[in-house]
Amino acid sequence: MTQKAGFFTYLALILLALIFIAPVLWIFISSVKGPIDLYSWPPKFLPDSLSFENFTAAFSKGNFGLYFINSAIVAVSATILTLLINTMAGYALSKFRFKGDTLILFLFLSTLMIPIEVIMTPIFTVISKLGLYNNLLGLIIPPAATPMGVFLIRQYLLTVPDDLLEAARMDGAGEWRIFWTIIVPIAKPVIAVLTIFSFMWRWDDFIWPLIVISDPSKYTIQLALANFIGEFRVDWGSLLAMSVVTMIPILIVFLIFQKQFVKGMATSGMKE
Amino acid sequence: MVVEKSKAMPMAIKKTNVETMKKAQRKKKLAPYLFVLPNLLIFLIFIIIPALMGLVYSFTSYNGVSDMKFTGLENYIRLFNNAEFWKIMLNTLIYAALVVPLVFAISLGIAMLMIKEMKARGLFRAIIFWPTMISFIIVGLSWKWIFGDSFGVITYLLEAGGLPPIKWLSDPVIAKITIVIATVWARVGFFMVIFIAGLQSIPASYYEAAQIDGANRSQLFWKITLPLLKPTSLLVFMLLIVESVKAYPLIFSLTGGGPAKETTLIVQYIFEFGFTKSEVGYASAMSVILFLLIGIFTLIQFKWAEGGKID
Repeated sequence: MTQKAGFFTYLALILLALIFIAPVLWIFISSVKGPIDLYSWPPKFLPDSLSFENFTAAFSKGNFGLYFINSAIVAVSATILTLLINTMAGYALSKFRFKGDTLILFLFLSTLMIPIEVIMTPIFTVISKLGLYNNLLGLIIPPAATPMGVFLIRQYLLTVPDDLLEAARMDGAGEWRIFWTIIVPIAKPVIAVLTIFSFMWRWDDFIWPLIVISDPSKYTIQLALANFIGEFRVDWGSLLAMSVVTMIPILIVFLIFQKQFVKGMATSGMKE
Repeated sequence: MVVEKSKAMPMAIKKTNVETMKKAQRKKKLAPYLFVLPNLLIFLIFIIIPALMGLVYSFTSYNGVSDMKFTGLENYIRLFNNAEFWKIMLNTLIYAALVVPLVFAISLGIAMLMIKEMKARGLFRAIIFWPTMISFIIVGLSWKWIFGDSFGVITYLLEAGGLPPIKWLSDPVIAKITIVIATVWARVGFFMVIFIAGLQSIPASYYEAAQIDGANRSQLFWKITLPLLKPTSLLVFMLLIVESVKAYPLIFSLTGGGPAKETTLIVQYIFEFGFTKSEVGYASAMSVILFLLIGIFTLIQFKWAEGGKID
């Protein structure tokens, strides 16, 4: 259905865009205000002069650099692991018929409905028993097997013709090589979708780090932010600056994969 | 991509082909298991086993440290008599009952606007998608900064417009509405993208044919768009139900669950008992009840979407 947008569509979208962008803009603007502008009443919409005090304070006093690095280590390695094992599983479940395949698919899909929040107390026991408590690996490995990821990849690969793989097998290509030289390149758009989601999930995650990490030197950004909020007197300046910095890596990941992302969303499993 | 050239001599080609094909067949049988193994292992260890353990815990007095004692249905009986638990369960249900249809309708509406041909479409999509990428902790913080009683810009705007101040975060009813608004704002972009993908997969010819038969706009929507969106809608509903359970961080940073537990949702309550109070058995019983509720909603969804298949 390709209708042309009329006046009212534009009007509605511009209003919506304003609603959606205003809070973010307000955070960005507030973050570059000095303490006087920040707490002035009536609120000053634009600061008299730019001040980056909040940012320097967050990094020097708030130990924010360390939390940023922890988050980066976790988000990047968890994303790589997620991409690898979810693409492998999605491939197996879309292009092979094997004993137990329906059972495994059913397991994956049913856990789509179990948010880890529901089973956090027993997960904590498992994490501690495996020595993953207070360990960044505990933030990287367990959440890598996402049912959503497997589901997306599988739906996408179902559309790949089997002949292509059979032809490669006839030429003597091994399964592992078929995976890397045929499946992965074909699946690029949906892998881009998963890259963005996975990075977002891990970078923004709060509950999982809250369960796994208690040692402040291993805090991720979200834990650090939560800890800041919990303090008696909230330092809004640092908090706003940290919020702004925290949004930047996601923006970068999104910009890198955006083109593929749009293509991938349009073709990944939302079809009849 | 590296493509190796075959090193086999021309004479030997036929024989090696047969052999490699046999070998390939054997490998093909084993391959899917190896491909699915890493994911499956993590899954079993960190989701399936804990889920089963939780079920066991719920019948014990386990406190996370000492040996667990089997107590039968004691935790469940205690829960049924705990008025606070039911109040918080009700909070969660109200929250989900507002968030799920609101996000569904608004994101579908926006998606329908977004698939029209227009200038700056990419920019509009990016702006609406952007809040989706912000963590719930920061969403909560932002809204607290905007709606705060003493420094919130909204409070000021109302005041400037001669309107009475609204207690966004401290009135029991309004605080509930505030957390819903914040969630809708934060999640609509994500589901908009999913709906756009779904809408684009509906062939234009369906609409053209219906229009020739004289169908009007609302008929097009109810008779074509909505039925053909069933698989997408099912996915969206399932994800939304799960999401409304996951809102704890947003509420933590926006209202802290207050005033007087009015915005406390069940996950926060489970966390409180499971970790702060070390009543693991009791918390697990709550988890089991929550899990059953989610399961019931999912089944209803599947019933509703019968015919809307997953693959």
